[in-house]
Amino acid sequence: MTTVRAGRGRPWSPWRAFLAILRRDLYVTGREFPFFLAQVILQPLFLLFVFGKVLTQLGYARPGYVDVLFPGLVALAAVLTGFQSTALPLVIEFSYSNEIEDRLLAPLPIGAVALEKVVVSAMRGTIAAAVMFPIGLWLLGSIPWTAGAAVGVSVMTVVGALIGAAMGLVLGTFVSPNRINLTFALVTTPLLFTGSSQYPWPSLTHIRWFQVVSALNPMTYVSEGLRGLMAPNVPHIQTWICFVAAIGSLVVLTAVGMVGFLRRALG
Amino acid sequence: MDVDDKDPEVAVEVADLVKRYPKAPVDSVGGISFGVRRGEVFGFLGPNGAGKTTTIGILTTRIRPTAGRARVAGVDVMADPVGARRVLGVVPQQNNLDRSLSVRQNLLFHASYHGVPRAVRKTRADELLAQFGLADRPNGRPDDFSGGQIQRMMIARALMHDPTVLFLDEPSTGLDPAARLFTWERVAQLKAEGTTVVITTHDMEEAATLSDRVAIIDHGKLLALDTPNALVRGMAGERTLDCLVEAEHASDPAAVHGPLDGLAAVDRVEELDDPEVSGWRFRVYVQSDPASLVALVAQVISDAGARLVDVRLGEPTLEDVFIHLTGRSLR
Repeated sequence: MTTVRAGRGRPWSPWRAFLAILRRDLYVTGREFPFFLAQVILQPLFLLFVFGKVLTQLGYARPGYVDVLFPGLVALAAVLTGFQSTALPLVIEFSYSNEIEDRLLAPLPIGAVALEKVVVSAMRGTIAAAVMFPIGLWLLGSIPWTAGAAVGVSVMTVVGALIGAAMGLVLGTFVSPNRINLTFALVTTPLLFTGSSQYPWPSLTHIRWFQVVSALNPMTYVSEGLRGLMAPNVPHIQTWICFVAAIGSLVVLTAVGMVGFLRRALG
Repeated sequence: MDVDDKDPEVAVEVADLVKRYPKAPVDSVGGISFGVRRGEVFGFLGPNGAGKTTTIGILTTRIRPTAGRARVAGVDVMADPVGARRVLGVVPQQNNLDRSLSVRQNLLFHASYHGVPRAVRKTRADELLAQFGLADRPNGRPDDFSGGQIQRMMIARALMHDPTVLFLDEPSTGLDPAARLFTWERVAQLKAEGTTVVITTHDMEEAATLSDRVAIIDHGKLLALDTPNALVRGMAGERTLDCLVEAEHASDPAAVHGPLDGLAAVDRVEELDDPEVSGWRFRVYVQSDPASLVALVAQVISDAGARLVDVRLGEPTLEDVFIHLTGRSLR
């Protein structure tokens, strides 16, 4: 039938398979890039516009509020985009389209397929966060920044995107497909508003219960970390604590998500 | 069946395989053993819930067995699932094509997951698209194709990395007769090229037509394993001649019944009650080919003073074997 054989003795390593499935996701993301951008920047854009520009101009928010808000919105874009890029697609690929099967049958460990999902979603989250900078400059005229913050900000943003992606891995594999709509509604909004994105966490001492709730949201440490690096004049949790807490929650979320993924992928 | 570990002629080897799902009261697969020879088409036949999908799931590394051993092309699927996935191909029952990619890209990306070099995968994709009648719309999205075309795409995709063993899950479910025939022809061709094909089906005709050997499974147990012909041959007593007899001089059925029963080739004779027809009806159970006995039976009836006016030959089918073994009909 075929003259060209694929060659059973071809050189091969699981890394090649990993890179191949990564290339597939990057190809699909790249092809839909304008739609992807529109989808991820709309929410932070409006938040920035209404809270950073409109409320400030109307005098309801102090001009310094931008220093609180902007780093928080960068964190929000990273975490939320990472989360959305993993959670819903995973639910769909595992239950409705079964699309993921071809990758689960590829010659690489099943866990590597999960890690690839996290990596791609984190890339998307990082891009979404990066796009906030030109938007902020354009919308606000200037954004909070300190010299030498670039490396720390970059690392924290990537960690934030990874945290979001790992959260998506947990939700996308543990929630049953028929409850996904409800779960999304119940998870996304609290995630959005308890992550210290719109307020500095240390200032919450008078609303103790909300401070405790916020401390449980890993996004808080990303917001606070970025705030400390970009606008150190705003009260913030110490940067090293933010890094420890963020990386710690990343490890835990990834481990839990991995368990969920293996449970879904293997009978 | 005893299978030697190192036998290069064995493509699939299953030994004492058990799968019990958590909280399930019984085993889905209850300790089955069989071997598939290299280059054969092996039919896995059973009703829904018999355990065939679970067995194939284990062989394709997607389900972890509770106990037992399974190898595909010499690779232990539990110890080295990644290595096993290199040598096996899967054509699922349900469409799981990548909807974000075109038909041709589905083939190309699948090959890249399996490390097929770029130049090879392009040539091979174009060849397979042509062979499977998909060359006219290589850039179409899977959603825009018919069920038969989808299935052809999935077979083509599975062949992209040139698997040693191809697993086809219920290949003709939901296909029209032409699409079904096309699939059957492809399977025959794959066999001719030396690919081992394992087919699960609950379609008797499909199993009988395609398979070199058939395993019948129910309640997680292997009930029979042989060539379709041997399985059918094993159903002695199910070869029949249904005779309609008109009385001429004979006064009652017993006058015909006795002499028929006396024939050496006849196992037993049953009188059938049929108020719809005038005359007597007999079902004659025979050992050998019923067609060769028609003349003899006609002679015996004539000698008994009656006349054979109609005869129908009954040959057992795989379905009879199945019902005999499992006690239930498939559809």
